Amino acid sequence: MAATTLRRTETDWPGIAFSVLLTVVIIFPLLVVCTWAFANVWRFPNVIPQQFGLRYWHDTLARADVWNALWISIRLSVTVMPLKTIICLPAAYAFARLEFPFRNVLFFSFLAAHAFPKFGLLVAIAAIFLQLHLIGTFWGVVLIQLVGTLLFMIWIPVAAFQSVDRRMEEAARDVGAGPLRVFWSITLPQAGPTIAAAILLSFVGTFYETEGAWLIGAPAISTTPVLMISFINNQPVIQYGAVLSMILWIPSFIALMFARRVIGSGAFARGFGA
Amino acid sequence: MAKLELNDVTKQFGATTAVDRVSLTVGDGELVCLLGPSGSGKSTVLRMIGGFATPTSGAVLIDGEDVTGMPPERRPTGMVFQSHALWSHMNVFGNIAFGLKLRRLPRAEIERKVNAVLDLVGLEGYGGRRPHQLSGGQQQRVALARSLVLEPKILLLDEPFASLDQHLRERLREEVRDIQQRVGITTLFVTHGQDEALSISDRIVVMRDGRVEQVDRPDIVYRQPRTPFVAGFIGQMNLVEGEVHGGRLAAGGMNVVAPIADGPAMLAVRPEFLELEESRQPDAPVAHRVIDYGTHLMVDIELKDGTRLKAMTAPAEGWKAGQRLTLKPREIAVYRDGVVVHRGNVDAADTTPVAAHG
Repeated sequence: MAATTLRRTETDWPGIAFSVLLTVVIIFPLLVVCTWAFANVWRFPNVIPQQFGLRYWHDTLARADVWNALWISIRLSVTVMPLKTIICLPAAYAFARLEFPFRNVLFFSFLAAHAFPKFGLLVAIAAIFLQLHLIGTFWGVVLIQLVGTLLFMIWIPVAAFQSVDRRMEEAARDVGAGPLRVFWSITLPQAGPTIAAAILLSFVGTFYETEGAWLIGAPAISTTPVLMISFINNQPVIQYGAVLSMILWIPSFIALMFARRVIGSGAFARGFGA
Repeated sequence: MAKLELNDVTKQFGATTAVDRVSLTVGDGELVCLLGPSGSGKSTVLRMIGGFATPTSGAVLIDGEDVTGMPPERRPTGMVFQSHALWSHMNVFGNIAFGLKLRRLPRAEIERKVNAVLDLVGLEGYGGRRPHQLSGGQQQRVALARSLVLEPKILLLDEPFASLDQHLRERLREEVRDIQQRVGITTLFVTHGQDEALSISDRIVVMRDGRVEQVDRPDIVYRQPRTPFVAGFIGQMNLVEGEVHGGRLAAGGMNVVAPIADGPAMLAVRPEFLELEESRQPDAPVAHRVIDYGTHLMVDIELKDGTRLKAMTAPAEGWKAGQRLTLKPREIAVYRDGVVVHRGNVDAADTTPVAAHG
């Protein structure tokens, strides 16, 4: 007992150092972006802006291309998510519970898509899309977004379905439920929180995806992150990019709040096999 | 109520035969235990009856109807799993009512039945609780209630108390027996605990390597085991290899009447039927350890060749470790080629205390 008490009072210096380092690495860039978004005037060599204000918020939100990009991003995410759920969940269940030829090869092929440089893969897809007249179209971007976050929507639900105790499903069959009813009433609710976590990660991934959206969608379809990059690259004023970046935090912030309330951190861990 | 029949049921997983031509009839309202070590095929038999595994050959009949190819949801069976398998996203009421809802019973009827079964398993007022808010024993009662509420013809219990502590296990198995007798439901109970099987069964089916070794009443299985495996698996049994010469079997320092042909044989004596006397011979068996259980002494005896035997004696006999002993069996069985060939009481005159045989 005494030994335990002594150990508790010891200061965990490596832990503190690691926490500080993580905080600096994560918080510092966010703080800089936040400062830029509310800086009316900030010139070198000043460490803090000379003048704070909402001038660039007014300027950014007055632009029609910003609202157009936001509307496209929302439409895109709302279209992609149900499609992805309809395609991926049955596939994930099949990978988790059924035996079929080339199961493992197919399963790992989803990982393979992420094992190579993504841009090369996108260029190859763009060549196919060009022939199919999908370049510069909304549905072309939808298709590329479906491919983009397939990994989250297959691997995490597979782990979720695998972690459902088979005895629970058998108990449901035993009291009279058919296979479909077992899936709907037992398997899905049991795997639900982890699947919700996967959908959330996938939503955030879709909302912020830039490479595919730019390569397939440009110039007609410009999502908010693509617009933000063009602001940062083409505008001498940093504040436009910073304001758009702050606006882009809103959906992920809402999604994470929802996740914290509804899903719980354990679901993320279970999705990754913990 | 119902009668269950297994006719030559076999189950193979690839090249492995998990269950080998098992035939069994369980009568109306009977409680039969499938008892055996891990891997003996007892759970596979239960899963085949429940419809969760399909026999490679043979047939499962309930009240004369062949249910071999019937899916679990259409079988008149109810199964209680070792892991309870309660649905954590439903409360106790939801767990028990699920099967009733599938049968589209009116809400009032569902409530009445759920409350009645909760009362039966001693959990009245627990309907609103979540499974994680219950103890292991309470969870197992909910699992039992979930099966009983549907009034199945056959109740299947797959090691239902294995995850509970000893004290709770003893209490729950008596409760289950009470409920089973009150409801009069035909029950098949899988366990690897001999105490459990002996205490609640009408009959015990002892299984080994997918085959049935013996089917009998608990007292018969204990007192008249047909094979050395059953003898060793049910209760404690001293099994000693020996040799029969001229109608007497010499084994482990004992020499008893065995009216069988000369040749090798195995002597079986329960610890409670092995009496001890002090010996003065220097190479006589020795008391290696004496454990006082309060109600009796368990004397661990070491023979000359290192073989260990156990004898159960009254505490008043006061045996001490290191004492030299003469072994005097009272009731014996003799096995040859895996089957019992002689069984009987041994009179004092029948026993020749040849302590040096070991």
